[in-house]
Amino acid sequence: MSLNLALKVSDLDNVATIFANDIKDGTEVEIRDKKGNSEKVSVIGDVPYGHKIAVKDIKKDELIIKYGEEIGIATKDIKKGEYVHIHNLDSMRGRGDWKK
Amino acid sequence: MEFMGYVRPDGKVGARNYVAIIPSVTCANDVANAIHNQVQGTATYLHHQGCCQLPPDLERVTDTLISLGCSPNAAAVLVVSLGCEGTDHERMVKEIAATGKHVEIIHIQELGGISKAIQAGTDIARQLVIETSGLQRQPVDVSNIVMSIKCGGSDTTSGLASNCVIGYVADKLVDLGATVIFGETTEFIGGEKLLARRAVTKEVGDKILKIVDDMETRAKSLGCDMRKGQPTPGNIEGGLSSIEEKSLGAIVKSGTKPIQGVLEYPQRVTTQKGLWIKDTPGREPEILTGMAVTGAQCMMFSTGRGAPQGFPSMPVIKICGNPNTYERMKEDMDINAGLIIKGEKTIEEVGEEAFAKLLRTLSGEMTKNEAIQYFTSIDIHCLGPVI
Repeated sequence: MSLNLALKVSDLDNVATIFANDIKDGTEVEIRDKKGNSEKVSVIGDVPYGHKIAVKDIKKDELIIKYGEEIGIATKDIKKGEYVHIHNLDSMRGRGDWKK
Repeated sequence: MEFMGYVRPDGKVGARNYVAIIPSVTCANDVANAIHNQVQGTATYLHHQGCCQLPPDLERVTDTLISLGCSPNAAAVLVVSLGCEGTDHERMVKEIAATGKHVEIIHIQELGGISKAIQAGTDIARQLVIETSGLQRQPVDVSNIVMSIKCGGSDTTSGLASNCVIGYVADKLVDLGATVIFGETTEFIGGEKLLARRAVTKEVGDKILKIVDDMETRAKSLGCDMRKGQPTPGNIEGGLSSIEEKSLGAIVKSGTKPIQGVLEYPQRVTTQKGLWIKDTPGREPEILTGMAVTGAQCMMFSTGRGAPQGFPSMPVIKICGNPNTYERMKEDMDINAGLIIKGEKTIEEVGEEAFAKLLRTLSGEMTKNEAIQYFTSIDIHCLGPVI
């Protein structure tokens, strides 16, 4: 069986990127960081190749961190292992629709 | 370390030896293209600018076309003018000729129309090709390289594989005394502070923050969320959730070296060495032109989704970070960085492969987009409205 790998880029990150095909709700993936630490987690939601999951519980309005930097804000509570994308992550830049 | 290039009268070194057919305005495109189709060894630039624009944009288009003509990948130049355009075609001829190249111009209205202009231009272009096609390549030091870099059709593999490969090559070129240019100001949004910290002076750092702020202000001017414009639907399908995430992956391709300064869109490299930014949008037709006008002999282009673009006179080396895309589109991809994601190769190993391909390309080997002539969709980035 091929390894279902989720890569966590920086220690500060609260998401990891899955580089494996056919990841469905309930599939087990292995979250790895650059130091070689690994942890198994069950995925919540169907996650396409190259998409992200939370590596810890994230509260609504908490910042989402990848590469050790902010990539957006959580628009709802997100559970560890849950699929993170535009349905629960809002960009905070280029927001012409936001009032000043 | 050396490559085989064409040494120009101004000392610049080209990797290609085209006769450039430059329409001074979009109305001259069909004549320029007809000449190009008839005469081998020519390249043309079918843009959509040059008239009914505000004066700063007309100057920007004139300067951009001058810089294209000055590129060392052009051996000689034919400017195709309509005759009544807003760009300054006489200045084009004068400034390109200052590089020591043979430059000619035709005016469609003065010649009596399209067919007469095509005939006159074809005869001139044929003569220019005969004059320049016998020029031999010579060994030149790699410090003569000006490499432009870009990522397009990005996904989450880009920031972790293909952009890392380009970053490796960029660092290596800077260490060898060459010049590296990166851009896509839109894709600094969210990562601009990391770039500003790498600036050689506070002034350069402030300039980086300013061009990002200007770009973001323009993006916000229509009062909507930028998402779907940037990141694109393809980026989003590839797992990039926000412009911030896209940017943080995109800036990886600039490597780790200090940033020396910011070039304006029409500006060409004269004596600049090391790593430079060019202020450009992310969209391919405009940024590829912005990069070619620097005088870059070659571009290294990272992709995850499979962007196929090229430029008429600047070979584009495609580095693909997504192993699934590489398998699907390997006929269009020059280097497979998907093996990094699969854990089968290191960034350094693929970086060395890409560097070797760069030297071969500069010495004459074609890239995949070049061989299949996929490079006609280009344009010039302007700031004001068409009026």
